[in-house]
Amino acid sequence: MDAVNVKINGKDYAVRKGMTVLEAAREAKIDIPTLCYLKDINEIGACRLCLVEVSEGGKPYRMVTACVYPVSEGMSILTNTPKINAARKTNLELILSNHEKKCLTCVRSTTCELQKLCNEYGVDEDYFGGERKHYELDTSSPAIIRDNNKCILCRRCVAACKTMQGIGVIGANDRGFDTHIGCAFEKDLGDVSCVNCGQCIVACPVGALYERDDTDKVREAIADPSKKVYICTAPSVRAQIGECFGYAPGTDCEPQMVEALKMLGFDGVFDMNLTADLTIIEEANELIGRIQNGGKLPMITSCSPGWIKYCEHYFPDFTDNLSTCKSPQQMFGAVMKTYFAEKEGIDPKDIFFVSAIPCTAKKFEVGRDGQSASGYPDVDVAITTREVGRMIQKAGIDFRALKGTEFDKPFDIGSGAGAIFGATGGVMEAALRYAAEIILGKPLEKPLETPEVRRQNGSDEGYRTASYKVGDMEVRVAVASGTKNAKQLLKDVEAGKLDVHFIEIMCCPGGCVNGGGQPYQPASVRNTVDLRALRAAVLYNDDRNCDIRESQKNAAVMKLYDEYFGKPNSHKAHEVLHTHYVKRGL
Amino acid sequence: MTTTELNVAKAAAIEAGKADVIVTVGMATCGIAAGAAPVLEAMKKAVAESGRTDIRVKQVGCIGICQHEPVLEAYIGGERFTYINMTAEKAERVFAEHIVGGQPIEEFMLKEKNIPVRNLMQTTFMKHQKRVAMRNCGNIDPESIGEYIASDGYAALAKVLTSMTPDEVISQVLDSGLRGRGGGGFPTGLKWKFACSNRGQVKKYVACNADEGDPGAFMDRSVLEGDPHSVIEAMAIAGYAIGADEGYIYVRAEYPTAIKRLEIAIDQAKKLGLLGNDIFGTGFNFDLKLRFGAGAFVCGEETALMTSIEGNRGEPRPRPPFPAVKGLFAQPTILNNVETYANIAQIILKGADWYQSLQMPGCAAGTKVFALTGKITNTGLVEIPMGTTLRTIIEDIGGGVPNGKKFKAAQTGGPSGGCIPASLIDTPIDYDNLAKIGSIIGSGGLIVMDEDTCMVDMARFFLDFTVDESCGKCTPCRVGTHRLLEILDKIIAGNGTLEDLDRLEELATYVKSASLCGLGQTAPNPVLSTLTRFRDEYVAHVVDKKCPAGVCKNLLRYRILEDKCRGCTACARKCPVGAISGTVKNPHRIDPSKCIKCGVCMATCKFGAVVKE
Amino acid sequence: MKKKMTTVEFRGTPEQEAKLLEVIAKYDGVKGKMMPILQEAQDIYGYLPIEVQKIIAEKTETPLEEIYGIATFYSQFKLNPNGEYSVAVCLGTACYVKGSAGVLEEISKELGVEVGSTSSDGKYSLEATRCIGACGLAPVMTINGDVYGRMTKDQVKGILAKYR
Repeated sequence: MDAVNVKINGKDYAVRKGMTVLEAAREAKIDIPTLCYLKDINEIGACRLCLVEVSEGGKPYRMVTACVYPVSEGMSILTNTPKINAARKTNLELILSNHEKKCLTCVRSTTCELQKLCNEYGVDEDYFGGERKHYELDTSSPAIIRDNNKCILCRRCVAACKTMQGIGVIGANDRGFDTHIGCAFEKDLGDVSCVNCGQCIVACPVGALYERDDTDKVREAIADPSKKVYICTAPSVRAQIGECFGYAPGTDCEPQMVEALKMLGFDGVFDMNLTADLTIIEEANELIGRIQNGGKLPMITSCSPGWIKYCEHYFPDFTDNLSTCKSPQQMFGAVMKTYFAEKEGIDPKDIFFVSAIPCTAKKFEVGRDGQSASGYPDVDVAITTREVGRMIQKAGIDFRALKGTEFDKPFDIGSGAGAIFGATGGVMEAALRYAAEIILGKPLEKPLETPEVRRQNGSDEGYRTASYKVGDMEVRVAVASGTKNAKQLLKDVEAGKLDVHFIEIMCCPGGCVNGGGQPYQPASVRNTVDLRALRAAVLYNDDRNCDIRESQKNAAVMKLYDEYFGKPNSHKAHEVLHTHYVKRGL
Repeated sequence: MTTTELNVAKAAAIEAGKADVIVTVGMATCGIAAGAAPVLEAMKKAVAESGRTDIRVKQVGCIGICQHEPVLEAYIGGERFTYINMTAEKAERVFAEHIVGGQPIEEFMLKEKNIPVRNLMQTTFMKHQKRVAMRNCGNIDPESIGEYIASDGYAALAKVLTSMTPDEVISQVLDSGLRGRGGGGFPTGLKWKFACSNRGQVKKYVACNADEGDPGAFMDRSVLEGDPHSVIEAMAIAGYAIGADEGYIYVRAEYPTAIKRLEIAIDQAKKLGLLGNDIFGTGFNFDLKLRFGAGAFVCGEETALMTSIEGNRGEPRPRPPFPAVKGLFAQPTILNNVETYANIAQIILKGADWYQSLQMPGCAAGTKVFALTGKITNTGLVEIPMGTTLRTIIEDIGGGVPNGKKFKAAQTGGPSGGCIPASLIDTPIDYDNLAKIGSIIGSGGLIVMDEDTCMVDMARFFLDFTVDESCGKCTPCRVGTHRLLEILDKIIAGNGTLEDLDRLEELATYVKSASLCGLGQTAPNPVLSTLTRFRDEYVAHVVDKKCPAGVCKNLLRYRILEDKCRGCTACARKCPVGAISGTVKNPHRIDPSKCIKCGVCMATCKFGAVVKE
Repeated sequence: MKKKMTTVEFRGTPEQEAKLLEVIAKYDGVKGKMMPILQEAQDIYGYLPIEVQKIIAEKTETPLEEIYGIATFYSQFKLNPNGEYSVAVCLGTACYVKGSAGVLEEISKELGVEVGSTSSDGKYSLEATRCIGACGLAPVMTINGDVYGRMTKDQVKGILAKYR
């Protein structure tokens, strides 16, 4: 290590050359406040909150922004002087002077990064009067609400949308005091080619971007005696819900989550891992069919609704490559309102089906065409992990004190293959576990593991490819997460540089564990902790510890085929479990 | 072209330029705006019709006496005559009476103390000037590479390529003491030195900042319009010095004439092989591209300029990394402004010592061009040795403040600068001396203010400009400057308090220290410097609710002096809001609650009975 | 100043589009091409409406928002077409000191056009500009490139009469 000797608040440290002052201070266990800084994607030095005083080469101290200023040999850094504190306070007061201070009712109250700092620095929120910009609330999107009145122009959302996801439907418009984040020609989010991934929301330090809150609809349904209200939870929700209640990232809270949901009054709490398994069986059979019958290849997974919308907007020529399988959420709803309704003798119109998901794009998905197998929407409401957390909190349930319980029958079984759906590469691995058995015509001695398609080196850059020899058949696959990487992958397919049979694409970098509906973590955590890895570890742990690790071993799924669908990709299965796509263009 | 061919071309151009009579017409933007084109045409036509072949008529750039445009100069028998405020008709008379008739026309000449001066060079305006950056402006045809070559053009490039190592070039520029003329005043040679490592191994760029945006500064435009090749030649020299083979000139789009002349000049240089591959057969390659601004002052900031050339919103980036390490398209880049480059060829040809001999003793090296505007008799461009005092500039070169008014202060450095009060008029102007008194040279705007200028209003004017031009990226500048402006507005409206002055100062100091780029870091300067120098005026606004200069409308009151009013009713009839009452032959009265302070009454009254207070 | 959306209907011709495509093709592979493309597109159409920006976005594979962000950053890019007569008054220091704000106000009153917009009949647009470098002639106004120097309020009516 090329080391540099620095003094931080008078104490000596040797830190890595090339580090920023901010990183060096963290080595010294000092957290310098930031608002705009997001490592690697938003290193723009714009908010000016992280000012510190540095002296280099014996020159007088001057203020620099810690987030982008590199350390140098002999540098002396002061992070906590009256001058700095005064500057940070003035900075916050300036931000507040053009910020709608409806903090009491703000969705981000208590998780707001600005609020926390204002509190710490004891700011006078009305110190600067003067003009404040007023913007219309943008409620045009089914998933994301934008309130520019709260925006502090840190541009983290822009970095998430443009730099991280490679989409760029939002950006800075106009300049100076008129600068605001918006879409081209000031269109609303619902009118542009936004894929609803919600990465802007989790990037936002304040309440300027948030998901459409659908929890009232759920509570109303629960209170309606004519409705049977069921909920199923996606694999990633259990891995993150704990973060809403102060657990460290990577804490599996499945039993408490199930118990809390039951306490909320749901008539049944089911495991979406089950329809993940169902998806695998449908999708893998579709793939084998396409390979054997000369169908459209490569086939691409369809369980990420953000990815689907991305494909429809940006790569409409690839919509025929998409698997026609509904996503696990939609399959679950479809099964509930057909098979389950028939079996239980309930009119599907009286079933209110809720899915709990780590995803904001699923709020868009529930309203899509071709997602109403029973004639009623397969899923009535999709609520994010954050909304689930809020419902539990609002109901006064002491989540941390719960002992926990199990999912309800008959949909309580999920395989390890279903669990890893939540991590990038998981669908691919699950599908391969199943396909191998089908192609070979006999069960494998032990469940297949395909580390090649899992997230590599803690990074979501680029995409991964692998090739598997199964019997006489060579299956070539590719996996990408994050739409920027998906774009690269599809471009390579278009250019003939990549020839594979099967592609898994997840809209969010790292997959659903890093979905746009997941609990907030402040930048100080996001910049220093690999949240995606910690959260994914829960799922891989689930997989390893699961009694069954292959979708085809899921008895509940097999029962569905026996009692209702007959066999995979049957006519009935197509009616209920498959869908179609739209070529949207830009 | 080889160096021998350059010498041949020079001799030929000198020969071709010879004529018994040479007539020049200043055809820079200011000249053209004042009507120089018809003057040039009229002169050409008169010569053509006369059949005389010994008279050469040519366009030149701006000689610097803006307010006297159009300017026509005639060189007859070794003597130079300057004619000002020309029209086509006047030009015809110059031709007939002077050039043909041999009788100089005094009424068209410059006058000093009402005495006509034949030759501009003999005026006090020129006497104190030394022209280096502007040496060719107003003398050569900017659209003729031949004329540039005839005045030693491209000789410096030939010299460095054939007889100097890149390091020697950098040393010479370092030794000359030349500092950036665009605002920062950073030593030019040092900037080049920082970018000189790994020559030939790393792609590098040379960039020219021609996004001259300070209100009231126009010397770069003048150089580009009057002597574009000097910039091109210097950039090629810089390219050689740091090992760059490509350059960009970023010109503001508001300068169409400069753009046109640059395009012509680049084309000419390429045709002669003075740009392109294997220049002078030395294997050195240098290509030059033009990029245009689109109306964003912040793009004069170096990182914003590069972001803009890269095709983005012109938002600045944090430094480090500095452009010399990671600049344009993430490659090492040096950026200098037009005036800085305009000095380079002369430094190469005449040497660092020569350049160091130009300034006043003990001051920064060389000369500096100032754009003299505001309440001053001679507005225009003046190039003076560093260290010339403000008094010399204003009283001698500028001819003093007109209309018998008193000099109050000079604003240097435009919206990034500060004001120098009359008490400091003997300050020798250079980087360090101005820094000591809270101002900067900046790009060289020098606005003279008299007793009728309100300093609070002036600070507000500059701040309004920077607020409008803030890019909006960083908080202190985006919100902070806006809040500063609001406080000033409050003071000007008569609603300010002493606490507001403290708040103004405190916030201005914060914005200065915390902003991301030079724009925000200097935007509070006009406020801070007027607060320091003219605090009493601020206090008058907030405590006495008076504007001493009589500028701030809300603090004005028009009053009719009873003893002077004859009761003629003229004012009452002209008042647009009926605020004046009174009967014939009796003193009238203004109702302050109705008065909108338009000043019509004062202009109407023939008896001086209406006063502003 | 925040830019206003245009209410004027897009009347681009196939010839203009062909020219635009030529411009885009000319800059194919050129680094930092967006500024010159937008500048030349504005030369072709007179302004940069969504129809034009969409073509540029598609052909250069750039998000439309990125282009719009650039177009709204620089004051010279227009989202509104120019009036038949484009009137501009310089508010640079020299002009301001000599009273150009009053001249601007007078013109605005005389034409009934707000600063920064185009009259409803599309005849006049009025702009305040930064220093145009003709400080010696302050205050200065231009109408379709014709320069009028040493302006006073009283001259406004007479000069505008030439453009009625």
